[in-house]
Amino acid sequence: MATKKFMYLNRRSSFGTVYAIESLEVVLIAAAFEQDVSLAFMDDGVYQIVEGQNTDGIGMKNFSKTFHALGDYDINKLYVSKESLEERGLSESDLMPLVYEDEDDDWAEKSSVKVVTNEELKAIMSEQDVCLSF
Amino acid sequence: MKFAIQVNEGPYQHQASDTAFQFAKAAIENGHEIMRVFFYHDGVNNASSFTLPPQDDRHVVNNWASLNIKDADGEPELVVCVAAALRRGMLDESEASKNSIEGNNLHPAFRISGLGQLIEAGIQSDRLVVFGD
Repeated sequence: MATKKFMYLNRRSSFGTVYAIESLEVVLIAAAFEQDVSLAFMDDGVYQIVEGQNTDGIGMKNFSKTFHALGDYDINKLYVSKESLEERGLSESDLMPLVYEDEDDDWAEKSSVKVVTNEELKAIMSEQDVCLSF
Repeated sequence: MKFAIQVNEGPYQHQASDTAFQFAKAAIENGHEIMRVFFYHDGVNNASSFTLPPQDDRHVVNNWASLNIKDADGEPELVVCVAAALRRGMLDESEASKNSIEGNNLHPAFRISGLGQLIEAGIQSDRLVVFGD
């Protein structure tokens, strides 16, 4: 099967609407297809990977921990909009430490998260074959 | 060109499904192929055979059915995500009986399948076009 570059663009926060969790479900299925997968987080989507989410009071499943599994599925390109973080008073240190083990570098643990400007994100998006927006 | 379409919103509440339908219809009329339409999120509600709009309004579900989008074996290529469908009460006969639920509401022009069908559509089509917010 051909390999294409798939990007999953997340623009909404974790809860409030179903888009975030159902996007993550697609990403996990996509991992089985051995495509080149990347995720982008912009607008309220940056809240999806903020550290310390707690859903005890709202009766919903806290699926944020699932993001930690992405590295094991070779999904290790998570681009986060710098502008979207700044607009919300957030910085990279507020995000979950999502990592993967680099098989080409003696399995060294590396960060999957890369904060990029919207201009850089635009360039990355234009390289994609398929962009799914959630 | 070979198109795949993803519909992320339900009927009547949101125009995404209508726009996707108009796009698909125009593409087919202009000689393009719609290899699959994948319904996700509230988009699964576009497949409800219980849909009864007033007579002077468009029938979104029948509109989709009228496009007759099928594969070479005659299987429907209007595909509804199983996980999204079940949690929203959209069931075909098999899922209903499996879960001991009386009645089912999946229009026969549609079929229920997994998210892999969406990824496959992205791989096999020339363009995957997403309709939603």
